[in-house]
Amino acid sequence: MTTTFFHKKRLTVLPGFKLSIGFTLLYLSILILLPLSMLFWNTMQLSWHDFIKIISDSRVVASYKLTFGTSFLAAIINVFFGTIIAWVLVRYDFVGKKLMDGLVDLPFALPTAVAGIALTALYAPNGWIGNLFPFKIAFTPIGIIIALTFIGLPFVVRTVQPVLQNFSTESEEASASLGANRWKTFIKVIFPELIPAILTGFTLAFSRALGEYGSVVFIAGNMPMKTEITPLLIMTKLEQYDYPGATAIAIVLLISSFMILLIMNIIQWLANRKYSV
Amino acid sequence: MEKLTIEQTVVTSKQKIGNTTLKEPWLIRLILTTISLLFLLIFLVLPLVTIFITAFKKGLDVYIASITEPDALSAIKLTLLVAVIAVPINTLFGIAAAWAITKFNFRGKNLLTTLIDLPFAVSPVIAGLVFILLFGAEGLFGDLLSNYNVQIIFSLPGIILASLFVTVPFVARELIPLMQTQGTQEEEASISLGAGALTTFLKVTLPNIKWGLLYGVILCNARVMGEFGAVSVVSGHIRGLTNTMPLHIEVLYNEYQFSAAFAVASLMSLLALFTIIIKNIIEWRTKQ
Repeated sequence: MTTTFFHKKRLTVLPGFKLSIGFTLLYLSILILLPLSMLFWNTMQLSWHDFIKIISDSRVVASYKLTFGTSFLAAIINVFFGTIIAWVLVRYDFVGKKLMDGLVDLPFALPTAVAGIALTALYAPNGWIGNLFPFKIAFTPIGIIIALTFIGLPFVVRTVQPVLQNFSTESEEASASLGANRWKTFIKVIFPELIPAILTGFTLAFSRALGEYGSVVFIAGNMPMKTEITPLLIMTKLEQYDYPGATAIAIVLLISSFMILLIMNIIQWLANRKYSV
Repeated sequence: MEKLTIEQTVVTSKQKIGNTTLKEPWLIRLILTTISLLFLLIFLVLPLVTIFITAFKKGLDVYIASITEPDALSAIKLTLLVAVIAVPINTLFGIAAAWAITKFNFRGKNLLTTLIDLPFAVSPVIAGLVFILLFGAEGLFGDLLSNYNVQIIFSLPGIILASLFVTVPFVARELIPLMQTQGTQEEEASISLGAGALTTFLKVTLPNIKWGLLYGVILCNARVMGEFGAVSVVSGHIRGLTNTMPLHIEVLYNEYQFSAAFAVASLMSLLALFTIIIKNIIEWRTKQ
């Protein structure tokens, strides 16, 4: 009675199982698995000593710190403002609400290079926003955080919004009738329900930011040790035909992204357990 | 008796609460709305306005010249060509994957769904790099390809492969939740009544999923046309030959031709706005 992987369990009259699963698996193997396995294959060609030497080079380590730091801060900013925006879009009415709601998807739809040059023009020292500040924004880590905030915003808004929409007001009513004020109701009743969605939004925004390239390269300034993100460093190594270098750094970035998704899934699972009654 | 009294209490206390305690004080509402509007204005509206203003800064003539010069035209053509090839392939894949996952039970389904989502967790730069490791001059198939004089990297096939990689999940992700809620009964009825597989798909499944499918296709298209990192790695930046629109924008921008860069960028912004509008029409349609 043992069933092997990717074998149909129950008989159904519907046709096309073998064709659709066959095509799906073949396509994913050729397009995703084979190319990604090249990363591991090429890394294994390196000696352990060389691998460590490449990935612990001070310029590479500086790029990890910058990439993780700016991605984390941008995701935190998005959690804060994204949750407020989702709340306002679901609960309040104001002129232009529909338009604003639609615009939230802009970072999904706008090519990253276009976002990159537009944000750079705005935040450059002579730009509309840049010239309002006494310090530099573009070509510093602050500029990187701004680009990553732009890219990550829809992830948080679009995960929190549906949860708020489907939220029944009954528990809020119960809380209010038991004498809780609005703030207490929010903290004790509404917020716990939002935590899983907020965590998912955070994870998606964070992991997207780690690999982001197009919107960042224009605004970052790309100074080694200071404003050089890891994806750009991979690109630089490639342009110098340093394939082992590019591959070793890439595998660290890839594994980090996977680890973050894994860790956040575990936290999510624990949070679900804690708050599900 | 007891139940009735509880209900009565709830009703009376509900009346007492009214709407006021279920809403925030007006000052809080004003502050939250202002914060949201300011944030969206600064982060979304201003960049969009900047693109169009900078694009037309030097007048309509320069704008038209920038988007009709030969390099720009060839970038537009290449971008459309890549989309015309890559979008249907990933649409076909999305339908096949969603059909297998939602209409049948098999082991490893979660693994397969995770695998489909995998490209979302991969940096675009890495998505390009892996194809260089496969098909580049020093790659796994490098010698084989050069023996047969086939070029993949720094030419159209490489750009298409990188675009396919980054957009694998788009159509499948829209279709899977949709087809899951619809179940298999309608298709089973159709097959039992003697309809063929293709007829069942075209007449029963497709009408049910058409809006979700269209949305997935449009998102996939926006990403294919706008992809920068992955395509940048494999294209080789050959002007007039392997530069897509986003790469052409980069070249112009780095040459300080800001008006021209933003002119091409404004075309891509129109594509983004068009995508958002279609999305909202579809959402409005499905609510009806």
